[in-house]
Amino acid sequence: MTTIMPAPHKVHLIARHAEATIWLARYMERIENMARILDVTNTFARDADDTRNWLSIPRINGDLTEFYKRHTEATQRSVGEFYLLDQSNPTSVQSFIAAGRENARTLRALISTEMWLQINVFYGRIRALPAETITPGHFTSACSMLKDGAQAHTGITEGTLYRDQAWHFYMIGRYLERADQTTRLLDTRFHSLAPQSEAVDADLDAGQWNTLLRAAAGYHAYRREHPSGYNAQEVACFMLVNIAFPRSVGLNLAQVGRHLTQLRRRYFLRMSPALERLDQLSTTLTVENVSELTGRKLSPFLDFVQREIGGLHQDIVDTFAG
Amino acid sequence: MQASGAFQSQSQSQGQSQSHGTMQGYDPSNFFCEMLRPGQPQHPTLTLLLSRLAALPIDSLRRRAQDAERDLLERGITFTVYSDATAIDRILPFDLIPRVITPAEWHLIETGVIQRVRALNMFLRDIYHERKILADKIVPAELVLKNAGYCPAMVGFNVPFNTYVHVCGTDIVRDETGTFRVLEDNARTPSGVAYVVENRHMSLRVMSDLMTSLRVRSVDEYGLRLHNAMAEIAPAGVEDPQVVVLSPGIFNSAYFEHVFLAREMGVPLVEGRDLTVEQGKVWMRTTSGLAQVHTIYRRIGDDYLDPNTFNPDSMLGVRGLIEAWRHGAVAIANAVGTGVADDKAIYAYMPRIIQYYLSEEPILQNVETRICGEPDALAYTLDHLHELVVKPVAESGGYGLLIGPHATKAELADFRALLRANPSNYISQPTLKLSVSPTLCADGVRPRHVDLRPFAVTGKDTWVLPGGLTRVALRPGSLVVNSSQGGGSKDTWVLA
Repeated sequence: MTTIMPAPHKVHLIARHAEATIWLARYMERIENMARILDVTNTFARDADDTRNWLSIPRINGDLTEFYKRHTEATQRSVGEFYLLDQSNPTSVQSFIAAGRENARTLRALISTEMWLQINVFYGRIRALPAETITPGHFTSACSMLKDGAQAHTGITEGTLYRDQAWHFYMIGRYLERADQTTRLLDTRFHSLAPQSEAVDADLDAGQWNTLLRAAAGYHAYRREHPSGYNAQEVACFMLVNIAFPRSVGLNLAQVGRHLTQLRRRYFLRMSPALERLDQLSTTLTVENVSELTGRKLSPFLDFVQREIGGLHQDIVDTFAG
Repeated sequence: MQASGAFQSQSQSQGQSQSHGTMQGYDPSNFFCEMLRPGQPQHPTLTLLLSRLAALPIDSLRRRAQDAERDLLERGITFTVYSDATAIDRILPFDLIPRVITPAEWHLIETGVIQRVRALNMFLRDIYHERKILADKIVPAELVLKNAGYCPAMVGFNVPFNTYVHVCGTDIVRDETGTFRVLEDNARTPSGVAYVVENRHMSLRVMSDLMTSLRVRSVDEYGLRLHNAMAEIAPAGVEDPQVVVLSPGIFNSAYFEHVFLAREMGVPLVEGRDLTVEQGKVWMRTTSGLAQVHTIYRRIGDDYLDPNTFNPDSMLGVRGLIEAWRHGAVAIANAVGTGVADDKAIYAYMPRIIQYYLSEEPILQNVETRICGEPDALAYTLDHLHELVVKPVAESGGYGLLIGPHATKAELADFRALLRANPSNYISQPTLKLSVSPTLCADGVRPRHVDLRPFAVTGKDTWVLPGGLTRVALRPGSLVVNSSQGGGSKDTWVLA
């Protein structure tokens, strides 16, 4: 005798909401990354007018043109103004939280009440950052507030967001953003610090490697893995390939793959274009491959990875845009 | 009228409830007080609540009020006010002292609202079909057929269970004798229900000690009831109908309520761009393609629903939606064309409409209303303008009305000219001595005027959410409770 099981109630996810979920995660992740970079630069720059170090931040974000429209020189004050306070700069934390909150507002019926509440309060706090935020006495505490808020968001999401389709899209957004930010971080440092020739790589001073690794919260782990010192290839591999390092490109892309697969298996979503692109991208992220990318060869590769991450985002959105 | 003498004797019988603590100096004078309720039988829960309130230091109440206000802002339980360039999120001010309704009062309101909703639906059914009530000259035909809310596209169209008004908000006030009177019907897209539930949650958070062991009826069922009504009206033969809430989007001032409705029903919150009509059916764009939609609880006005049928410039609606609806492929709540029934001009006829269809006396009275389009009524209104409330029939939100006793001579003269120029645009009513409820104000707990908007949900049958939205006019002496005009709200406790 055959038993006919009732079809399970199918809970649909509005396509626009899926996209908003990815963006919500990306914007919240961007706030944390921005706070990290500003904080570490502030700590390790030689002084508030250490232009080379401060300039690396607009460069990381492709903001040099916009930055020089508003400021003449990269200092703690001007870069802080640009990224912490300037509401008209679309890459400031002011704009990130506004965009994050707008996506959260769109998703308000879908995300947990606690997520919304925290974002709403966090928004109020960021909007209220006073002018003295960018003075030496306040800079670090503002960055801490931003990191705390972004990490509280991450934790609340982990603890309260229902694990259905929307959660998978959220996680994809978070991991895409982390992967992207790590490539940018790596790119500026190699770009600004180094190496017009391969011979210079070894001369990069330890303090600069510290800065890079600390900005990505990888300093102590790297020390454990490589107690004897720094080496450009090893740092690049750590940040691109190491799947134990939470902000490595390799780990984050693997996570993206896991969630894409879940969306395909559990919800029968057509994720093949994204999965194919991801497969190809992953084959380039090997120790063998990355070790060869020293000096000037690294930057074009990082550009390629960034483009592919953007492509992944687009592939995912395109599967339900039509 | 209950004079202050009655209040004083009651205060003695209750101990010293107004002489110390939170209620110190509270004097409702000759208004009916929803808390002290002169001349009404006492309810033990109410007596207990009053003694707890009296024992509460006012500083404690103020601290709780501050907590509540911050909480509402942080939770984004707000409506958005747009000015030239900015958008400000405002909370609807929340007063912690609940408005209380006894079981007997609630029985009256509940049966009265159900009766009224039945009559409204029968009236709508009739004017879009046989028009018997017009032929019998109970309601002037031109008042209906030339009404801005009358929708020719609805003529001859049948809706499930003959329900047009699936969600109805009935604005009820109480006069100085304690008699409930209906002020107006909201039969289009009445809002405020989210505040009913959120206000209760707020009471439970900040007033939990005052609520201990008090038996107050729950308001948690609304989403479930609404969803089930929406499922009932879905096209026949659909087993597990897909319901959605259709919102104009995140920039709408009532967006929070749309979120609330979707979340409480457990259904998607969509915008017009998420829906499409193909092959005569309505679909939503999901991550796995188009999925059919069976019932739309829409929070968009008639004019914006479908650019094919109504405002061709609307970006909010769904092209072809009305035709799909007319072919029975989808249900829309509330139905299109209900605006004619909640028009202030039709309101004046509601007692007669109830008698005509139900052969029953209205359980809830209207406020005595004059239709200025009628010569006698206009003459009376012009003569007594200084003691009347005059309302334009097409406005809502408390705009454009005249409160005679509060108007200056110049304002009265200006309004006279308006009235003479277009009398049929106005109705007039006596100034009501609205009941008051103790409310936390700058100078202590003071009487402030309140109204009540119960929410009735109708699919096959009608269910009324116990209580409703109590709005309170926070300005001293003000009778205008609208949020846009300085009004706030209270939790509404229907005692069990």
